[in-house]
This record gives sequence, structure tokens and C-alpha cells, in this order.
Amino acid sequence: MKRRKLDMASVPGKAAVGVDERFQVSTPLRKLLNKVFPDHWSFLLGEIALFSFVVLLLTGVFLTFFYEPAMTEVVYNGSYAPLRGTPMSAAYASSLDLSFDVRGGLIMRQMHHWAALLFMAAIVVHMLRVFFTGAFRKPRETNWIIGSLLFWVGFLAGFTGYSLPDDGLSGTGLRIASGIMLSIPVIGSWVTSSIFGGEFPGDIIISRFFIAHVLLIPGLLVALISAHLGLVFKQKHTQWPGPGRTNENVVGERMFPRYALKQGGFFMVVFGVIALMGGLFQINPIWYFGPYEAWVVSAASQPDWYVMFLDGSTRLMPAWEINIPIGDGYVIPPLFWPTVVLPGILVGLSTLYPFVEARRLKDYRSHNLLQRPRDVPERTAIGAMAVAFYIVLTLSGGNDVIADKFQISLNAMTWAGRIGLLVVPPLAYYVTYRICLGLQQHDREVLAHGVETGIIRRLPDGRFEEVHQPLAAGGHDGHGELEYVGWVVPKKMNRLGALGPAIRGFFYPIEKPAEAPVSPGHPPVESRPERKEIGSGSSPR
Amino acid sequence: MSTKTEHQAHPGPEPLDVHDPRLSRFDIVREGARRDDIEIVHYEEQVVPGSKAERRLTRTVASFFLLTGLAATAFLAIYIWWPWEYEPGTGGDKYYTPLLGLTLGVALLGIGFGILTWGKKLLPKEVSIQDRHENDPNAPESRKITGETMLYLADELGVKRRPLLGISLLAGLAPVGAVAAAPLVGGLISNPHKNNQMFTTGFAPADGHKVRLVREDGRPIRPADISAGGQLTVFPGIEHGVSNKHADSPTLLIHLRESDAQVSREANQRVGHGNYMWGNYAAFSKICTHAGCPASLYEQQTNRLLCPCHQSQFLITDNARPVFGPASRRLPQLPIEVDDEGFFVARSDYTETVGPDFWERP
Repeated sequence: MKRRKLDMASVPGKAAVGVDERFQVSTPLRKLLNKVFPDHWSFLLGEIALFSFVVLLLTGVFLTFFYEPAMTEVVYNGSYAPLRGTPMSAAYASSLDLSFDVRGGLIMRQMHHWAALLFMAAIVVHMLRVFFTGAFRKPRETNWIIGSLLFWVGFLAGFTGYSLPDDGLSGTGLRIASGIMLSIPVIGSWVTSSIFGGEFPGDIIISRFFIAHVLLIPGLLVALISAHLGLVFKQKHTQWPGPGRTNENVVGERMFPRYALKQGGFFMVVFGVIALMGGLFQINPIWYFGPYEAWVVSAASQPDWYVMFLDGSTRLMPAWEINIPIGDGYVIPPLFWPTVVLPGILVGLSTLYPFVEARRLKDYRSHNLLQRPRDVPERTAIGAMAVAFYIVLTLSGGNDVIADKFQISLNAMTWAGRIGLLVVPPLAYYVTYRICLGLQQHDREVLAHGVETGIIRRLPDGRFEEVHQPLAAGGHDGHGELEYVGWVVPKKMNRLGALGPAIRGFFYPIEKPAEAPVSPGHPPVESRPERKEIGSGSSPR
Repeated sequence: MSTKTEHQAHPGPEPLDVHDPRLSRFDIVREGARRDDIEIVHYEEQVVPGSKAERRLTRTVASFFLLTGLAATAFLAIYIWWPWEYEPGTGGDKYYTPLLGLTLGVALLGIGFGILTWGKKLLPKEVSIQDRHENDPNAPESRKITGETMLYLADELGVKRRPLLGISLLAGLAPVGAVAAAPLVGGLISNPHKNNQMFTTGFAPADGHKVRLVREDGRPIRPADISAGGQLTVFPGIEHGVSNKHADSPTLLIHLRESDAQVSREANQRVGHGNYMWGNYAAFSKICTHAGCPASLYEQQTNRLLCPCHQSQFLITDNARPVFGPASRRLPQLPIEVDDEGFFVARSDYTETVGPDFWERP
């Protein structure tokens, strides 16, 4: 018995040796296990998108088992009484069945939709993080471009997806999409006719959108996401400046086990939140909209949030029609500019930005250290300008709802949007620029004079002054000279450890920690032994 | 046992003998990391093994996982036994989806927070430093070698010496590329002007018969059916006239009040549509000339028609001219009259193009 036990214990080891003899994986595996990742909450935003995508794949596969991508006319005879006897497309009928006659189908549908919204939201927020911290700079321009493409491919995935139920709302969206394609000069009518297989709506668009939505676009997304992650892995993640952190190293945790565990936990949290939303919050209640009929529409017809900015730009566009008096005459409709030209410009601007900035600053070095937004006021202000532009457009996409709820004239809302689109972004630029400068100045002030203590001292001659706690010892008149290193400057006494350490325990104290951490969340770092000096972290940026 | 492992006893840069029995497992881990140019500079247990804090955290993690078990079981129970089939009214089935979401969400969050607590609180904290190796001193040399290798490949192929090879290959490949693209493009392409479809609607008279205006249920309409100031969506009285097969045909038939009708008639005269109205009745395409939504919100007081998609507004009494919003072209007017039996018919098809604008619209 004892012999056998010993054998059992050595089995995994022997098996591992066997595997390595055949595949020589131990060195690559060690490298993977040992890879170092820097940690910061803002680095997790992209992960939310990734995890939402996984949920999208899981729930999406379920939906395909029940959805029928056909525009054949059927008469609805399912459980939902108000629509019984209504002629509708098979696509809409099967979507209704998914919601009412498939056990647990509604929660899958709603989780799929919420995950899609979260996917796009996470992409946008992640992009803002990358932009405002300068993470897109050399050597990561390619990944920035892939990321921008992911937004637009995700946009297409979303649009083709919410068109599939063929309900009243999505049919209206399709109609507008056909109008947009029609507006393209010269080839518009041919493009539309080819995509819809004849005149709108035809009877094939749903099955074409279906195959695009479940095969072509997800395939493209998977390819882009793989390339995106592969590059992050290859180029290693950026990091914030800080003690011991330089442009040439990565300071953080090894991937296994702690970092990987945290990622796994985070995935479950994202999944759980999507499940909660899918169960508790109604989304796209297609049974209220009825089947798509070309003559029916209602007020407050809004697309999903990430499409709304284009809806807004369409609403704000003045009725400028360009007529070309050759032959019978040709037309460029006003619809062309806000829906085809504007997205084109946005794609171009966003993909080219890293190169434009590098050229402007004549900065062609590699950057692995992030910048605080305040330290690059110009870029931050440009970003704020873009965000303001986007917000004005998105709000204008729902301007009829705003007009209705706040009792404002609809035409006034449109004009406010038109003027706002021109006025708000420059204003955002100016305000952001000033705020950045102000924050910079305050950092320098604290570094030079110390932290405000809140203690007021009365001098013998009757003057009052506040006592400052210098951040460094020595220097003339008790003030230390400290250089700004591109990372958070402590501005409160608590940050210097003036407050007693928190006592552990929820209801009752269990033990008192021996010492207070120097900076919350950042354990003390010491430089590598073979290096003499501790890098300030402000190495070439 | 010490809870901190602050790089004590550093062996020099020379590699450790990992078979040395005196080494602890952590020493070997650290040596492995070092061989990948990773220095574990700080490694600290967060809880003392066997301490009260550790037991407490273990209990927390365990209760998260047990919560997951409970919630998942509840999910299954609800999934199987809760009445889920749709009933009109306010039955228990309305709670089916929320309950599934709640239990599934709690179950997943339980695992999530359990793992997070485990990872964040129970595992040792560490700070490791890894080199990026971007400025490899050997890079220029290896670039040179790879570059020369690739150029040598080109030399071997000898395209430079034998240009005909390259030219003929290109000349051969270009059509092959086109062959790959042709079936896709050729299969999809569809002539938008087949049967003049972009310029006709269901109201085009067929075999000399004028097409009736009908309601959604297919019944024809008499003038008396619409009161003054009222309006009605009408369709061509043909097969599939009331369906998406004729998505461009839906029309708004409006009975204008006397004074508005007068203004409207004068406006009609100005554009040469003198006989398009019948009495005080006028019919305009319901399909917005902007993006094709149905412009369906008619404001009786101002005689404006609003498209709810992008808020284009059309003044009906002025030939449905766009007066606000992004639309640039008036709604086409359908010439109407009343036939011998007293029902509305279209005198002809629309004389202007219906629906959103496009390049070759005359």
C-alpha cells in the first residue's frame, strides 16, 4: 500500500516531465507564469469590454438556437395575447417567442443586449483612459488603431444585432440606414439596392444581417481582439511613474497567481452585473413596438446609445442640398454629411492622432510611462473638446425627449444643439486647459511649500499664518526642494500617515497593524540591488 | 515563519544551482523569475498563517462561495418550478425573469467577490520588476541579418534579373484576385432602376385603371369619411398595397379646413399642381424625403407635419415645403379625385420621387 501511495504522488511530476520531453514547454510556460503586470484601477476598463464580449458570445449562441432569420410573413399565434393574429415577419415572431415561449429566453435576450451596451461603453471609457494618459504613443500606435477599429466594428455588430428582431423600432432604424446608404453620391442607389436585394425593405436583409451579425462581424471582432491582446502582451503594459518605475521596466505583480485570480474574480463580477441587469432592468421590449410597418413610427424613436451621436448629427444638420445641374441634375442630399462624412472624419482623426501628436512634438521615442492628464494640458484639452462634441451630438440624438420632458420647444432644442456644437467644444478646450494648468501649479506649490496642516499659528506681531508640513527635510528656511516626478503629490496630512492606521475588523477590532503604509495601495518599493540609485520615475518621457 | 521576504541573502548574478537541496521552493521560484529578468523585490504575506485575521478572511471567502451555491440552487429551482408561461395581467410569471436575474447575478457575484477576496487579501503581496528589453544592443545587428536574409531571398528568386517573371506573375495574379471578388460582388449587385422601381409607387395606374386609396384594412374611402381638419393614412388599393412590399406608398390624406384649403390650392397653382387636390382634400407622401421615416405627426392647428425621427417639419398648406429640420425637399403630392362610385382614387402616380434623396434623383 505504501509503495502505491508514493507512486501516486509522483504521477503529476512524471506526467509533466513527459509533456515537456515531447513539447519543450517548460521555459515558455515559466515565462508566462512569471510575466509582470502593473496594476492600477484604470487598467481594468478594457477588461470590462473583453468580459462583456465573452458574455455576448455565450448568450448569443443561445439566441441563435431559437431565432429565425427570415422575413417570410407569418401570423403570430404565440402566448403574447395583444399581438395574436397579427401578420408579421418570421424574424419578429421568433423574437417574440424567444421572449415569451422559450423558458428563460427573455433573460438571455436582455443579458445579450445589456452586454452589448456595456461592451461599447467599456470600449469608449477604455479609449478615453488610453487617450488621456498618453498610452497610445509609440510603440503602441498600432494597438490604438486596432482599438478604434474595434469601436466601429462593435458599432456595426450592435446595429446589425438590434435590427434582427424586425420590430417597429428596428425597422425604422433600417429604413434610416437605407436612406443613409442612398445618400452616398454616385453609387448610393446601387449600394442600397445591392445590400437590400432590391428596393427597401426587400425580403433578404434580415438573413444577410444575421450572417453578418453571427459570423462575419464576430469573426472580425475575435481577430481584432486577439491582435489587441497579443500586442499588449508583447509590448508589455504601460505603467504610471513612481518609485523604481522607469521607461525600461515594468513594476507590478507576476501574472500568477494573484493577478490572474483578480482577473478571474473581476470577470465573474462583470458577468454577475450583466446577469442582474438582464434580469431586473427591461431593455428593448419589442412586444410594445409591434411588427415593422413602413407607415408606423412613434415619437422618441432612439437607437442604442452608441448610435445616438449619429442620430444627433443628423438632426442638427441644416437642410443644405447640393444640386449639380448637369443633364437631368444630380443631388447630394443633406443626409450624406452627418452620417457618412462625419464618421469618416472621426475615424480618420482618431486613427491618425498618435502620429499627428508625435509629429507636432517631434517626439519619436518609445514611451512606456503614462502621463497624468494635467501634465499634458493640450492633449487633455483636445480630448475634452472631443468629448464635448460627442456629448452635444448624443444629447441632440434625444432632443425630442428632452423637449417633451422639460417642456422646451423642439426647434429651440435643435438650435441649441447647432450652436452648442460650435460653441461648447472650444469652451471645453479652454476650461480644461486652465484647469490642467491650475492643478499643475498646485502640485508644484505643495512640493515647494509642503502640505497644508490646517493649524493656524499666531505670530508675535499679531499676524496669522498656516503651518505647512514640508515634504522633504532640509533646504533653506526649512523648505525642501522636490522635483515633480509625474505622479500623485500628497496633499493631505492623512496621505503622509498623520492619521492613525485603520483598525481591521468589521464589527469589532481583530488586530492592530504594526505600521502605517507610506501610500495606500502602494507597498514600499526598493530598487534592484545591483542598481545604486532609486530612479525618480521621470526618465525620458 | 517570517511573513516578509525582503531580498535577503542575494546570490550574485551567477545562476543558482536549482538542485541544491538547501534551497526553498520560493528560492527556486525567485531564481526562475530572475532568469526571465524579473526581480521579486518585495514579497509580503498579508495575513499571519493561523492568525485570527486569516481565519476570518477564510470564513468570508467561504461564505461567498456558499452564497453562490445557495443562489445557484435557487436559480435552478426557480428555473424549473416557477410558473414562467406568459399570462395576461399581473401573474407570477412577471417575476420569472427578474428572479432568474437576481439569483444568477448573486451567484456570479458570489464567485467573483470570493475569488477577489481570496486573491487580494489572502495571497502575499508582491512587487516585481521586469525588464522591457526594448533597447536590445544586439537589435541593429539582428535587423541587419534578417534584412540581408530577406534581400537574399529576393536575389535568389532573381526577379530583378528576370523582370518578365515578376511582370507575368502580377499580370496573372490580378485577374485571379478579381475572380475571387467577382462572385461576391456580382452576386450581390442589383440594379436599383429595375422596373423603374425608384420612381414608381403602388399608385401607378395599372392597365389604365386608376388605383383606389384604401385604409389599412383595405376598405376604400369616401370624402365624408374624414372630417374637416382630420387626416388618414391611405394605401394603394392593389395586392400587397398595405404591406412593406410597397414601403414607399403610404400616403397621408388630409381634409383641410376651408381657409387652409384655399391657401393650399393657391400654393398648388404656383408649382403647376393646380388640379392635385380634390375639393378640400389633399394627399401627400408619408415617407419623409430626408431619411424615409413616416412623417406622421400632423399638427392640425399649424398644418405642419413632423417627422419624429429627425424632426423635419413640412408645411402642408405650402406644398408640404420643409420649414424646419434637416429635410431639404418637399413631400411629393399625390393627385387625387373621386371615381364614379364616390371613392378616392389616384389620378396618376406621384409626379415627384418619393422617399429619401439620392444622387440621380432628377
